[in-house]
Parts: sequence; C-alpha cells; structure tokens
Amino acid sequence: MTEPRITVEMAEEHGIAPDEWQAVLRILNREPNFTELGIFSAMWSEHCSYKSSKKWLKTLPTSAPWVIQGPGENAGVVDIGGGLAAVFKMESHNHPSFIEPYQGAATGVGGILRDVFTMGARPIANLNALRFGRPKHEMTRHLVSGVVAGIGGYGNCIGVPTVGGECQFDAAYDGNILVNAMTVGIASVDRIFYSAAAGVGLPLVYVGSKTGRDGIHGATMASAEFDANSESKRPTVQVGDPFTEKLLLEACLELMATDAIVAIQDMGAAGLTSSSFEMASKGGVGIDMNLNSVPTREQSMTPYEIMLSESQERMLMVLKPGREDEVRKIFEKWDLDVSVIGRTTDTKRMILYMDGVVVADLPIDPLAEAAPEYDRPWTLTKAPAPLDLASIVAPTDPLVPLMELVGSPNLCSKRWVWEQYDHMVMADTVVRPGGDAAVVRIHGSNRGLAISSDCNPHYCQAHPETGGAQAVVEAWRNLTAVGARPLAVTDNLNFGNPQKPEIMGQIVGCVTGMGAACRALDFPVVSGNVSLYNETEGRAILPTPVIGAVGLIDDLDCIVTLPFKVAGESIVLIGDTAGHLGCSSYLRIIEGRGDGPPPPINLSAEKRNGDLVRSIIHSGLVTACHDISDGGIAVAVAEMAMPAAIGATLSVPDDAGMPSHAWLYGEDQARYLVTTKDASVVLSRAAADGVPAVQIGMTGGKAIIIDGAGSVALSDLTDAHEGWFPSFMTP
Amino acid sequence: MRAAVIVFPGSNCDRDVAVALEQASGRPPKMVWHKDAVLPALDLIVLPGGFSYGDYLRSGAMAARSPVLAAVVASAKRGVPVLGICNGFQVLTECGLLPGVLMPNAGLRFVCRDVFLKVETTDSAFTLGYTEGNVVRLPVAHGDGNYFADTEILDRLEGEGRVAFRYVDSEGCRSVGANPNGSMNDIAGVLSESRTVLGLMPHPERLADSRLGGDDGRVMFDALAALETT
Repeated sequence: MTEPRITVEMAEEHGIAPDEWQAVLRILNREPNFTELGIFSAMWSEHCSYKSSKKWLKTLPTSAPWVIQGPGENAGVVDIGGGLAAVFKMESHNHPSFIEPYQGAATGVGGILRDVFTMGARPIANLNALRFGRPKHEMTRHLVSGVVAGIGGYGNCIGVPTVGGECQFDAAYDGNILVNAMTVGIASVDRIFYSAAAGVGLPLVYVGSKTGRDGIHGATMASAEFDANSESKRPTVQVGDPFTEKLLLEACLELMATDAIVAIQDMGAAGLTSSSFEMASKGGVGIDMNLNSVPTREQSMTPYEIMLSESQERMLMVLKPGREDEVRKIFEKWDLDVSVIGRTTDTKRMILYMDGVVVADLPIDPLAEAAPEYDRPWTLTKAPAPLDLASIVAPTDPLVPLMELVGSPNLCSKRWVWEQYDHMVMADTVVRPGGDAAVVRIHGSNRGLAISSDCNPHYCQAHPETGGAQAVVEAWRNLTAVGARPLAVTDNLNFGNPQKPEIMGQIVGCVTGMGAACRALDFPVVSGNVSLYNETEGRAILPTPVIGAVGLIDDLDCIVTLPFKVAGESIVLIGDTAGHLGCSSYLRIIEGRGDGPPPPINLSAEKRNGDLVRSIIHSGLVTACHDISDGGIAVAVAEMAMPAAIGATLSVPDDAGMPSHAWLYGEDQARYLVTTKDASVVLSRAAADGVPAVQIGMTGGKAIIIDGAGSVALSDLTDAHEGWFPSFMTP
Repeated sequence: MRAAVIVFPGSNCDRDVAVALEQASGRPPKMVWHKDAVLPALDLIVLPGGFSYGDYLRSGAMAARSPVLAAVVASAKRGVPVLGICNGFQVLTECGLLPGVLMPNAGLRFVCRDVFLKVETTDSAFTLGYTEGNVVRLPVAHGDGNYFADTEILDRLEGEGRVAFRYVDSEGCRSVGANPNGSMNDIAGVLSESRTVLGLMPHPERLADSRLGGDDGRVMFDALAALETT
C-alpha cells in the first residue's frame, strides 16, 4: 500500500497552519505519514479542539450543587432528584446541513442522541434551533424543506419526541444556515457512563454500523469557511440510518444494565480517531488497535479512511476483561456488528496496525490534551448609538403593525415545522411545541422537565455582551413561565471566522454576557458545542449563541400553559416597561431598520421577577403565563389569545409616559404576562416582593382591543399568524 | 385480560401501548420479540406503532414477513382480537389480515397532530365503549397513512359497517382539511370481516391519560381490558 508523500502544502490542505506543522514535527521528531497527518488534522480541527474558544469557554460557570457532570464529557449531567439525572447537550450540524440538508440535519440529530445515550441515559426529548437565509433567497425553501424533513426523518423513526425549538430567517444566513440539535435524556444517577478508559490490557470493542467511506474529514470541513465550490463537499456529509441507531440505543441500554462497561464513547466528529484518543487520554492509557478488525462496508479501505470515516451509528467501548461474550450476545440479538479491535496499554501511545504492520504510532496526550490553544486578538464591538424615539413615526392605528408582526417570517406560527416532527411518541409530552417551554413528564412519575432553546442574534450583533446575557435570561424566563425551576444550560456558539478580530470580539462579548447571566441566575453551563467559520465568501452569520435550557417541575399539577383559559380574567403585566424599541422586531419589520442598542439586562430584576412568577404559579394564582420577548406586550397578548380563540381588551396605563407603540411593542426584559382570577392578590404578592406589576386588561371577546385606539379581529390575526409558513413553502 | 405487544426492531410505541394496557387492565402485557415464532394463549395481540425494520421498504412489508407474524395470523384466524396501531395497521394490510394499502400521505409530509374521528361502529371489542356517531379526538403521527382500496373492497367495507373510524372536523363533518393524509372515504380505521382485527392510523395510546391533554383513547383500552378467555 503506497501512501502519498507528505508536504507542507498537504498539511495546509488538511487545515494545519504552518506553526501547527512545526508543532507536529516537534511532537513526533519526524514527519508524520499520511494516516498520522489525517489524525493530527482531525484532532486539531477547531471542531474537535475548541482551540479558538477554549480560553473564553473556561470563564463560564459550570458548577452548582446539582451538577453531576459539567463540560468535557459527551453531555452534561444534572441531578433531578429521585435517584435520576437529566443528561443533555446541544450540537451544531451547520456545514453539512447546508451542503446536503436532509442528511446533514438527520445525522445532526443522530449524533446528539448518541452523545446522550452514550452516558447511559434514555433520550426523552429533542429540540432544534434553526436559522435560514432570507425567505426570498433561492436556496431557502429547499433548505427548510430538507432540514425539517431530515430532523423529522431521524427523530420520528428512532421514536424520541421533538418537542420544541426555534426557526428564524435572516439574510446573514443566506450562505450558512444553522442547524443546532439538542437531546435531553434521563439516567439513574448511579448508572452514568463516562469515556475514561482506565485500566491496562482491557478489550477495546467496536459496536454498531460498519465503517464506510462516508464523511471522511467532516470535522475539518466544519472548521473551514465556504466558498463558491462548497457544493463539491457533498461526499464529506454522512448518511444517517435512524433504524440502526434505534437498535444501537436499545442494545447499549441493555448492556448498560450489566456492569461490563469500563468506558464508552460514541464515534461522532472525526470518528474512530477522536473517540479512541479521547478515551485513552482521559484514562491515561495507550491503545494498540488492529484496523483489520474494524468492520468495514467497503473493500480495500486505507488506514487513513478507516480512522477518519464519520460513518454514523457506531460506538467504541472498553470492557472489563472476559466480558466480550456477554456483549456479543446482546448486540447479536439486535443484529449489530461487534468486534474486538484492540486493547488498552500502558504506553500512552496510539499504535495502529494493519496487515501486521504499524501504520501509525502517535503519542496520545500531545494530540488530545496539548492541542493548540489560541488567544486570538479581538476587538470590542462598538456600542450602538442610542435610538432616537422621535425618529419613529407613530402608526395611525397602533394595532395595524400587530397583524404584520404576527404574520412575519420570524414571529409567525412554526406549526408547519413541528407538525412534521413526532412530538408525542413516548406518551409523556405534557406541553407540546408552540409555547414558551415544552414540558415532558419523567416517565412513571408526576414530575417533569421543562425545556427551551433561545437566542436573539440581532441583539448579539448590536451588543454581544447584552445579547449573550439576553439569550440566557430568555431561556430562564421560558422555563419559569411554565412554573419550572431552571437547572442548567447547554450552549451552542455559532460564529464566523475567529481569526478576524471583530468576530473574535463577538465571541468574547457573547460568552462574557452569558457567563454573567448564568452566574446571577445560578444557572450553570454543563455542556456545549462551538461552531466557527460560519462564513461564505467573507460574509459572516449573525453571532448566534443558542442557549438550550432545562428546568425541573416537581409537580405537574402546578404548571401553567400559554393560552388564555377563559374570558373575564385579569391580565397582569409583571416587570418594568420602558418602551425600548432599539434592535426590536417592530423596528426591523415595521420600520425596516435595525439600529439602536438591544434592551438592557438587569439581572437582579430578572431573578426577582422570575422568582415571583414561579411562586404565584405554584400558589395556583395564575391561569396562563407567557414571557415577553420579540414584539413586546402586543405580540405576547396575541400569542396567548390566538390558540384559545379568546380575545383581550387592553388599556395603555395613563402614566405610561411613552407613545402607545413603544408601550405595545417595546422589548424591555424581565417581563411576563399572567392571567388570573384575582388580580388584587397577584398585585399584592408582587408589591410584597418589590416587583413592578400592573393590570393591563381583561380576557374575552373575539378581538384584541386597545381602549380608545382600535381593535383587530382574532380570526384575522390567526390567519396571518398561521398562514405565512404554509404559503411560503407551497407558493 | 392476557395481552401481548409484538416488538419489532424499530417499533417505538411498544412501551406507550403497554402503559395504556396496564393502566386499563391492571396487568402488564407480555412483550413478544419478533424472532419468537410461538405465542402463548392470549386474549389480545397488539401490533404497535413505529418503523419496523426501519420501513425502508414499504411500511410494514418486512414485519409482515417476520417469524412472529405467522403466529399472529394463526391466532387472528382462531379469533384472538388483534389491534394494529399506525405501523401496526400497515403491517396488518401487508400481511393480508386487513384489506387495502396505506400509501404516502397526500401532502407527502409526515404529519403529527390531533385529529377528530367519528366513531362509525360500536360493533367490535375495540369500539364497544364508544357511542356510535360520536366525535373523539386522537393524535396521528405518520408519513404513510393514506388508506387506499379498490371500489369493490370499499363498497364491502362500507356495506358491512367495517369502517371503524373516519376523519371529521370537530363538528363531525367530513372535509378535506379534516383528513390528514388523503385517505379514501376519509377512512382512519377498518375492521376485518370477523370484526376481531382492527387497524387504525390514529394513536389511542397517546391520549389515554388526561395529563397528556385528553383521554378519548382510554375508552378503547378499558373495553379491551374486559376481554376474557373464551
């Protein structure tokens, strides 16, 4: 077998920078062969090494008494009581989904599911955060259609409900869509599985699908910008097989009920390379691997191809000695391949054999732990000038913009999307998609998890620190609004090219804001993923640090949902209203401009107001609740009214001290709308806690009416709200 | 009541229907693996929803040829009631216990939402707890639920009162919008000639618990729980 000769140019084609090439030579004391070069390239890719973001990720708070496992494992783990743990993570599949939307999105779901069940958890819910280019862009419809079908195709088949997420459009994503997938699972706290392969002479076992030539170098592709020829990268996208993953899931959980496993790791990005190096590095051992034993789908695969294939639905495990037959029996029941492909050693080296010959011999720690780490230069994003309110002309009828807002691509109903996802399989979905947070029952109990995903990239673009903090507080509010106690978050940081100081500045700003918010709310980051180089021909996406959040519900009898319940209830606004229109949906959609700073975040007000809302929900005082975000009070009221077909009459408070459009559409933070039978009790509870609260109207009727200013029929609003997506997709 | 749920590789509503059966009867059903060729004495067999064998061929086609299916067909022919939900319905048409086929949805997309159904007959062990003509609400979640049969079969099904459920709107009226998949005659579920085999696309096990937003499905399991060995 002849391998290509290694040159500096070839290293560069593998994404290894000149200084990194020098490091490779230093580590090996010789030139690497082709297989070794491929391994270095994958291990040191941005995707696997976090080399640009690590310095800043370390500043995030990651601990709390309920955190069992923070970042660094396959997924984060938090204690949810009753001997159970929630295991969750969010991960991007942006680059592959743009190139091949169905398979890219599908394998994104498959990958994150494996991250969760690798830890011994049964997945109970999926979410996804999607960003597409402008609706008018020629690719958008094709991408939306393929991504949604791909997510559904995988999740529906494996039988894990897809219960929530986001879907937004902006021209900044024309050339780089975002597909972030999140999985939440439940495990026993005493049966959580990790990836550290401690122990020498133990069998290394490969299970799952065979290895093919698909997805070779996916991790390197996901760490590069796109150009006009990106379409030619289609062969680097993997093909998903949710049926095999379902078998792998059940077989792994069956095996995990025994005590045969020492360590287990899924083969995700950079396949066999990254899984074996991570297990060996964390366990402080070496590995001897015989590549002839790796089950392959195609003939004559080279060591390079075997090590870098990203074929899906594969797992690597280290077993206790002598347990191979037990494992074989379980996996053969599920018709899955099992093969002992190596042993752990005390050499701290990865030695790969093929046909009896050493084809690679690499030290483990320098590749896994001593991966390059950069302190890239960054520039602070310039704070936007304050918005001149006088420059915004008041609408003649303050409710006319409401129709346009609820029927706009970003604020319209996403029913077209989530009706293609099985959101009820497993028969534990208590609150379905379309609300603030989905609620999933913990099987066999009266407890539940609330789950939400959030980010406003326009805020992040205008002022990264505020935007990063806002993503966290909005996720926290969404959990609070159903009555859940927020526990922890996973983050998916999507940015452009970190080698540009202004992009690096966005990363630094967003992470700083996220960290401050997480600390103030006692809401640690337990897992996450970074996706950089989301640029095409030099144009970057909006900074999009998506927050996936999980909260606990101790008693499902105490949750509230978003729709109005009956006519004749009081609508109470919790939190301060300043009429902040900078960077708002109103400004962007109605006025066609995106200037001004995002709304300021007051973390102590967030905490105080949210704690009050949760407490009055638990006291049974609240019949419906919604956090106020994009589109302000007016859109929040409409979203509560439409699903119930119950209208509302509102009055702008006399002492509001601002034009009615600012009051209606301003996006001040730390606010909620609640409905109640007894406004006076709610108001006095708020007063006692020092939380601003005011009754702003009553539920009832078939329209949204502003006293003395106008009205809009609910049926017209609903038609606009439900109409945009289907008519866009079926023109 | 002794029930069995057949588990194919790729079944994913097996646990859900087991929970609903146990809730109604107080007794957990036996979970039977697809490779088992022998069934114990039973009062009810359930073919659950999911994607048996991945459904990479026609939905249900592989499962219809699995080792356990011969035993299911033999039991059905002896009169043991068989309930096929969603993928289970597809398996029942593929193995010939029910007539017709389930084609891809007319909209060509997977659809998951609540639908309203008119109970067309109470003359079966599955539907005797309902009131004929009443409208019930159950979820669907499928890509291939578009029921098709030729005119002769349809005439027989209609003439013999073997259409168990039909898609309607909340007022009980048939309309294009009320039918999620384009099925002929708005058919959601059909009975065998013996009325002991029911296949339906909607999932009664998903709304058999008011915590999940409704319990119209529970009526079916409560009725089945009363089945006794004859």
